Amino acid sequence: MSRGAGAGRAAGLPAVLITPAMIGLAFLVLPLVGLLVRAPWSRTGAILAGSDAWPALRLSLITSTAAAVLALVLGVPLAWFLARPQGRFRSALRALITVPLVLPPVVGGVALFTVLGRSGILGHPLYQLTGFAFPFTPYAVVLSQTFVALPYLVLSVEGALRAADRRYEDAAQTLGARPAVVFWRVTLPLIGPGVAAGAVLAWARALGEFGATITFAGNFPGTTQTMPLAVYLALETDPDAALLLSVLLLAVSIAVLALLRDRWVRQW
Amino acid sequence: MVTARDQALNPLLVADFQVRRGDFDLELQVTAEPGEVVALVGPNGAGKTTTLRVLAGLLAPQRGSILVDGQVLADTRVWLPPYQRPVGVVFQDYLLFPHLTVLDNVAFGLRTRGLARSVARARAAEWLARMDAGDLAPLRPQQLSGGQAQRVALARSLAPEPRLLLLDEPLAALDARTRLLIRGELRRHLAGFTGATIVITHDPTDAAVLADRLVVIENGRMVQTGTPQEVARRPRTDYVARLSGLNLLPGVGVDHGVRLADGSLITVPSPVAGPVFAAFRPSAVALWRTRPDGSPRNVWSVVVRGLEPYGDSVRVELESASDLSFVAEVTPAAVADLGLTIGDRLWATVKASEIEVYPR
Repeated sequence: MSRGAGAGRAAGLPAVLITPAMIGLAFLVLPLVGLLVRAPWSRTGAILAGSDAWPALRLSLITSTAAAVLALVLGVPLAWFLARPQGRFRSALRALITVPLVLPPVVGGVALFTVLGRSGILGHPLYQLTGFAFPFTPYAVVLSQTFVALPYLVLSVEGALRAADRRYEDAAQTLGARPAVVFWRVTLPLIGPGVAAGAVLAWARALGEFGATITFAGNFPGTTQTMPLAVYLALETDPDAALLLSVLLLAVSIAVLALLRDRWVRQW
Repeated sequence: MVTARDQALNPLLVADFQVRRGDFDLELQVTAEPGEVVALVGPNGAGKTTTLRVLAGLLAPQRGSILVDGQVLADTRVWLPPYQRPVGVVFQDYLLFPHLTVLDNVAFGLRTRGLARSVARARAAEWLARMDAGDLAPLRPQQLSGGQAQRVALARSLAPEPRLLLLDEPLAALDARTRLLIRGELRRHLAGFTGATIVITHDPTDAAVLADRLVVIENGRMVQTGTPQEVARRPRTDYVARLSGLNLLPGVGVDHGVRLADGSLITVPSPVAGPVFAAFRPSAVALWRTRPDGSPRNVWSVVVRGLEPYGDSVRVELESASDLSFVAEVTPAAVADLGLTIGDRLWATVKASEIEVYPR
């Protein structure tokens, strides 16, 4: 008995952990299996040919990628301020950044409306000056998605910055690198995997965004109707189509993740 | 290198600064001639690495000035950041950038000075060749052995042609055998450097092999400086004495003797006066079961406090009845003959001719 426990780790796995772990795994995987089993594979051609699926998928991919890029551009510097000891009010700043994580996205959409809507705090002067308003445009989709996705990127990059060995930055400085050069040529490459992980998380979150989008951007096929909105709409009129669109969205996101993952593994 | 030291007229580095952080207080004056290699030696927490960071510009001192080659790097009005200083650093773990090849690591400091990539790479390749590391160019730092990484780190810090080179424990990351090889090699490479070099080390052998001059720091102050031979022969603190393996007893010269701190009088080779140090090798201490008589010897009644194998011999830590502590080095055979165990009472003698006496 004691010998068996010492020789193999497997013998020591406690049942108290195995049971909930297996249930948890099944809980995550079974719904996906259900999607695949119940999808009306025989009607695939008919449904995809006649539906709004393609414009919605195209819009989803474009807006979520734009949102991920926007989150990168804004989020990496934000993470830098959070991770560096000289930044003040850091804990307050981090709390502010975390709010969109826990906020129901619908509330986020309403909040965006109050600021960037046609009569919003910033939206009103913008509309008066240029005649342009964000709501119900693809830009509003991107803003909604960025709003919910940005915290994921910031927290992930901040973690990478904290874990990075800052002495490399010292070394770069003694080799004549100014702070901006240190950031581009040493810090950023060192935290590359963390930034990539954060960007993918942000992208995935943006791809699935529903609440803020439908509130702030509306649901116009071709301009603001993303895949999640199309799925939800289809569920009311043609449940089979909703299933198939869901499978399509699932396949696209898994394909993108697998592709990116391969790239990192090769690089690092 | 020798000629540069002999001229010793125009120090290339003149630094005088103070750093205070909580209980820690470092106040130091350091100079170094062109071509000179100065080793900063001292126990952990003495302020060696802090000194390096101040000289490199990574840490701002409370006050002080640093001049290199006549250029003011720091004084009351000036504070040049690290990237504007003619100072190269080899860090303790070398800190080669893991995302760059060896060649691009060495080219890094040339690129930051505005050289085109191809020019920087060509010059980096020359530096690698000079360090006998030309074949490492396409590798990643993770693929290098400790000795190879050290050569690459040296090439990287020398490539931008600094005037002052700082090395933080350059041999500490190496295993014992590699260390021996790399030490000689490092000395050769440093000999070819025309600027001043400061090496931080806690290893007395490293310091003796690499440096022209030692600066011993303890508790943030310089306690001794001199050539490795001078420092090893005439230690001025317990720490240095332990490093060079000597017993060190402070006292006051009285005619042909030295009155030690415990009041006992020891006989020394020649007359001395004033406060002095008396130093002797542990192997000069003889141990007896019964009090020896005859020739004029220095005799103490002692208790064995510790026994420790040391190479081919055994080090015996002794404490006299009057609280003097020193070490004897005897053969394992002698330990067996005397039947030594901890707590034994013995007689220890040291011949006057074995004692080196010098002013405190």
